[in-house]
Amino acid sequence: MMRDDTVRLPLAPAGDATERPISLAIVAMGGQGGGVLTGWVVKLAEDAGWVAQSTSVPGVAQRTGATIYYVEMMKAQNGRKPVLAQMPTPGDVDVVLASEFMEAGRSILRGIVTPDKTTLIASDHRSLAISEKSAPGLGIADSDAVTEAVGVVARQEIVFDMNALATENGSVISAAIFGALAGSGALPFPREAYHAVIGSGGKGAAASKRTFDAAFDRACAPAKPADAVVATPPPATLPRFEDRRMAALGQRIEALGLPVRVAEMALHGLAKVADFQDLAYGTEYLDRLEAIYRTDRALDGASQDYDLTFQAAKYLANAMTYDDIVRVADLKTRAARRQRIVDEIGAKPDQILHTTEYMHPRLEELAGILPVGLARWLKHRSGLYNWLDRRIDKGRRVRTYSAGWFILLYIVGGLRSWRRRSLRHATEMAHIAEWLQQALHAAQQDYELGVEIMKCRRLIKGYSDTHERSQSKFSKVVATIQQLQGRNDAAQWARRLRETAIREGEGGDLDGLIRTIRSFT
Amino acid sequence: MAERSFAKEVEHLRLGEGETFKGEAILAITKGLLQAGVSYVGGYQGSPISHLMDVLSDAKDILDELGVNFQSSANEATAAAMLSASVMYPLRGAVAWKSTVGTNVASDALANLASGGVKGGAMVIIGEDYGEGSSIMQERTHAFAMKSQMWLLDPRPDHACIVDLIEKGFQLSEASNTPVMLEVRVRTCHMHGSFVAKDNVRPAFTLQDALNNPSRDLDRIVLPPAAYQHEQEKILHRLPAAIDFVRDNRLNEWFGPEQGKVGLVLQGGMYNNVIRALQYLGLSDAYGNTQVPLYVMNVTYPVIDTEIVEFATGKDSILMVEEGQPEYLEQAVNTILKRKGIATRIQGKDVLPMGGDYSVQALLSGIGAFLEDNHPHLLGNRPPLPDARDVLTLPEVENLRTVVPSRPPGLCTGCPERPIFAAMKLVNQDLGEHHVSADIGCHLFSILPPFNLGNTTMGFGLGAASAAAFGQKGSKRSIAVMGDGGFWHNGLTSGIGNAVFNKHDGVFLIVDNYYSSATGGQDILSSRASNRSRKTNNPIIKAVEGVGATWVREVDRTYDVGQMRKVLTEALTTQEEGPKIIIASSECMLNKQRRVKPLAAKAIKDGKRVVKERFGVDEDVCTGDHACIRLSGCPSLSVKQLDDPLRDDPVAAIDNSCVGCGNCGEVSEAVVLCPSFYRADVIHNPTRWDKFKASWSLALVSYLQVRRSRRRVGVQFA
Repeated sequence: MMRDDTVRLPLAPAGDATERPISLAIVAMGGQGGGVLTGWVVKLAEDAGWVAQSTSVPGVAQRTGATIYYVEMMKAQNGRKPVLAQMPTPGDVDVVLASEFMEAGRSILRGIVTPDKTTLIASDHRSLAISEKSAPGLGIADSDAVTEAVGVVARQEIVFDMNALATENGSVISAAIFGALAGSGALPFPREAYHAVIGSGGKGAAASKRTFDAAFDRACAPAKPADAVVATPPPATLPRFEDRRMAALGQRIEALGLPVRVAEMALHGLAKVADFQDLAYGTEYLDRLEAIYRTDRALDGASQDYDLTFQAAKYLANAMTYDDIVRVADLKTRAARRQRIVDEIGAKPDQILHTTEYMHPRLEELAGILPVGLARWLKHRSGLYNWLDRRIDKGRRVRTYSAGWFILLYIVGGLRSWRRRSLRHATEMAHIAEWLQQALHAAQQDYELGVEIMKCRRLIKGYSDTHERSQSKFSKVVATIQQLQGRNDAAQWARRLRETAIREGEGGDLDGLIRTIRSFT
Repeated sequence: MAERSFAKEVEHLRLGEGETFKGEAILAITKGLLQAGVSYVGGYQGSPISHLMDVLSDAKDILDELGVNFQSSANEATAAAMLSASVMYPLRGAVAWKSTVGTNVASDALANLASGGVKGGAMVIIGEDYGEGSSIMQERTHAFAMKSQMWLLDPRPDHACIVDLIEKGFQLSEASNTPVMLEVRVRTCHMHGSFVAKDNVRPAFTLQDALNNPSRDLDRIVLPPAAYQHEQEKILHRLPAAIDFVRDNRLNEWFGPEQGKVGLVLQGGMYNNVIRALQYLGLSDAYGNTQVPLYVMNVTYPVIDTEIVEFATGKDSILMVEEGQPEYLEQAVNTILKRKGIATRIQGKDVLPMGGDYSVQALLSGIGAFLEDNHPHLLGNRPPLPDARDVLTLPEVENLRTVVPSRPPGLCTGCPERPIFAAMKLVNQDLGEHHVSADIGCHLFSILPPFNLGNTTMGFGLGAASAAAFGQKGSKRSIAVMGDGGFWHNGLTSGIGNAVFNKHDGVFLIVDNYYSSATGGQDILSSRASNRSRKTNNPIIKAVEGVGATWVREVDRTYDVGQMRKVLTEALTTQEEGPKIIIASSECMLNKQRRVKPLAAKAIKDGKRVVKERFGVDEDVCTGDHACIRLSGCPSLSVKQLDDPLRDDPVAAIDNSCVGCGNCGEVSEAVVLCPSFYRADVIHNPTRWDKFKASWSLALVSYLQVRRSRRRVGVQFA
């Protein structure tokens, strides 16, 4: 009824800039420099003679939690002072600056990014939340979901890895975001005004300016469509080994005429296995894989894209390259390893790099590489075993690149030659044989279930206690899966069992699920 | 030594008449105190008022020039008791703290102070930690003002208004012989703005004058019969005097037209957001020219009856905008109008939220509903209002709800408390779960992932006290955690002394990180740094032994997880009677880095030999189990997905923000986790001997590496 009774309110025009102030929210994690960036934005506005107000709620969030800073700015008319709000209003924020991609997602959920108003400037790098990191297995949130949401909610979007750009230019992310803000044109200030704000900062100003300029250019440049098309289908030709002997083994895989996806996995598997031990071990891997493939073909695996062979190619390679002390010593003494560390920490040629390993070998691991007979003999002498264990079982700081320790590690790494006679090897091979047999047996009746058992190998990981726990989880899961055989939904339950086992203790209740399954099998 | 230097901010305090101050409101308040001629300032740090304490700590020179005595008080009760200097003498004094927690601690002293009354102006700066970002229980300081009859100022979020109310607040305090509270909310404290400064004022009557001419008046002491007299004074003299002062000096404000069918009554602190809400409704411009009459209460206690009556007269209805609950003001306004027989309708919490932030959005919908009901004509052509609801229901956005992970605060990179809780988690694995009484401080983050340790928290310094009920002997002991900040705040007596006296059988873990870290790294009694104006380096162990504790163990490097675990196990299993006290000490890493980093950078620049340490993970040795992360949660320890089709799970990875504290290595060693962790030492400006040794051993290393790689089959793809 009031619509007809329209009242014109005699409000004075608020000014030529805008009826309302320009509002800008910075979403960040505590300790990321959001305060510095806020200060820059305020100064930018004040330098131009505007009135600017910022607010924040650092509180406990200053210790790595999610937080938000809010700025309003307005060109004051005739010296009058505008009244500025202290928090963003959903649906009315002009610019959102997000210093991390999930934080950009969070800002969208707060409703402060809307299609009619908001320029969203976000760095798409990830700084993982604790829940993503501590999740056993894969717990990383899906960045694509944020990309999709940004696509529909932002009026203008400028999204790239501002953290990487800042690092390349020797500065911090604030400078990159500030540059992207300038490049976006969302605020009515010239580039020089931004420069002036950074320039007055003192230390690190040159690097900040360099970062700012790079981000400015990047923000102005039209989006490169090329980036999006990178996910091209896998190449039709298979990779080839450099080494002739390896290439010969690779030929065996090619000769099977597997789908590219499967053959490629088998080549990677072969590489890993041969690298772990030697060519003969690679041959052994191929023999096993070929046997699996023959069964797969007999089970009309072609209709399943040879998934059984595919999973076997992957998990058999992982199973055959078990983590014994020989492998650890071998990996730690490689030249490529040292080079990787040098690159990672950016050590320069005139600096000297040392590393110290935090190792805690137990007699269990050492006994594992003894020849089967000797190892079993020792294990039966519990007095001697415990006496030895007390001498060995302690944390050791190993100075990797000191001559003494390196020679020792080198010798341990060289025990590859007698590894195949070791107790650990015998145990692992028996385990592999049993697992493959179970998977293939299940596959005879239920192809999908066979595939699921193959995949259960993923459960085995870690060293010492962790390794033992993972093995017991694996046994429980596989034993339960076998009880499911014959049910239509066996594969689904198997998948659930595996996923639960991965999350065991961190939200997964494997024993509970097993009880549930027992109740109906 | 605080987290950082505030030398730049200190310069703001020197601004003189006519110069423009630009900065955060909490700093403006600090300047306001000096302009008002305070003789003494005290307080206890905590968000959002830490900044006030930090800046004054660094402002010794200015304070000395002005003859101001500044103290970092032992706790809020100490600070409140400090105000007693204004009871007998014409001294202006101010204290500051985080509220309501600080006011809780201070309330005994405040009640005594308010009963006897003051001669000099006494002011409490209240950092009202309410709403988003708050770290404490959600309560209002308003109740304390009413129960002890202290005046409560709630200024508009505007630097000039706040600073002006400091000066006026002292006058009000003196005119009514009553202490005054100045309440500023978190966002206002951290608000950047400006005001035109005045010269600082050196008090005419000084603390020395008071000491040289002591004066006493039995009537000011809370003992019968004076105590009864105080209550009568409050009712008959102080309240009327305050009302007169507030009214005569127009501390409250009126905006908009004088007449109207409807009007808004609001706490001063609500003003900015109310104006924005009105602007959205088309009822105000950006400069606060409102079409709706506003009565802004910069003084929320006492409520000035006559002003309320005057404002209500002629209006059909009034909306009371009052953040927080219970709705004391709404009740007061109702009572006033009812008594006067005025029929104006009062709305408030029926259209506005009972609790939580009064955000623009909340105000918009509340004020909108109020006007819709009482004066829809005003809403005119109803301009479109900002509204994100449509956007929030888009499928792409709905989907995000399950994707975006929560990001709780946690311990910083390299925090010395991390290994303590890792050790505690390991001990729990060995001996079973224990009841853990947590305290307030960084260590409270133990209650969050990944540690998930801590059953209750009862207030600052009360971690030990809150285990009191579990003091009897049994098969399992309670563990109480307390920080050094809480220990000196009150925990020495309330917790340790109490446990010793009552022969408590439990374990008491005191986390000593050399500072009051959670509040910004302020010095406390046991801080190790030398401080030119405070006496530091008073070890906790001396205090603990001083109150009679006998089973006391010190761990002077918390990163030694094995040792930490051993000591905790011993404390939980020993047969010895009485409290088992562990003092775990290592410097707060945030502060350490601030101290050490510039020194190291300079040493490197000067060509001196410096070893920089950081940790790393061998990605091909890591199996992607993440057990290390579940015992750490360090921001620099993350995971990364390898470009390897054979690997399902991301592996652990350490980034360049690592400070080399050693926790991850120690943990993996103590738990026999895995051999993936290594410490990388980079020697900057190596000596000749370093170079000689390195060249020799690296020659051997590379000879052996080449030898082996020649014997190994190459598995690289072409």
